[in-house]
Amino acid sequence: MEVGVGIAFWGLAALSVFSALFVVFLRNIFRAALLLVLSFLSVAGLYVLLQAEFLAAVQVLIYAGAISILIVFAIMLTGDVRQGNPAIRHQWPVFALALAVLGAILFAIFKTSWKVSSEAPIENSTVGIADALFNRFVLPFEVASVLLLAAILGAIILVRERE
Amino acid sequence: MLDIGLQHYLALSAVLFSIGLFGALSRRSAVAILMAVEIMFNAVNIAMIAFSRFVTPTLLTGQVFAIFIVTVAAAEVALGLAIVISLYRARESVDAGEANLMKG
Repeated sequence: MEVGVGIAFWGLAALSVFSALFVVFLRNIFRAALLLVLSFLSVAGLYVLLQAEFLAAVQVLIYAGAISILIVFAIMLTGDVRQGNPAIRHQWPVFALALAVLGAILFAIFKTSWKVSSEAPIENSTVGIADALFNRFVLPFEVASVLLLAAILGAIILVRERE
Repeated sequence: MLDIGLQHYLALSAVLFSIGLFGALSRRSAVAILMAVEIMFNAVNIAMIAFSRFVTPTLLTGQVFAIFIVTVAAAEVALGLAIVISLYRARESVDAGEANLMKG
């Protein structure tokens, strides 16, 4: 069991990292969007390994479904495919910055002694999430719905054809 | 090596976050920048759920936070792409370097 989880983790981690690298480096932006879907799906697999089944379903529905479709629509509506995915002129400072950030975070991760709990995780997390969302976090939940409404209205107003 | 713990997930999250950071800062196309930002959101969610799984396995606070992050990411990408499309209508280009209307 443990060995299977380990193999699944390394496979999914490699898949998500390589597809993310392709998203960043591919010249064809349409292919980059398709590999972004692959990256989202492998992250959904990682959520299953972390025993967050509800979030894995949310990841597939919202990221791999809705957000990637929106991105593909935006690519087609803006004629981005012809322009490709050009990079800025001086990439090396940005690369160095990203490496420095990675090094700092990895240093913090491996130098901290985490208080890992040995308790078994909740069996059916969906029930627990519903309970938490509608009792303890009901105010943020309602605020999130207002945020979504504002985002919908803003998006409609921004792309409306002017008379 | 095959015994996967919290630090493995956090390291993966850090790697994905750096890839997204590099992409968000080095691409010219606004759509590509949004895609890189989505990778960064995913990295943060992995870290959040890994903490929830390994540090507080009996509470689901980390997973609830991840749901709110997904909500905000969906709102962000809808508005971001709306801005990209109206930018394209105004300038016939989605190059982030050419969007300099508010430059002093």
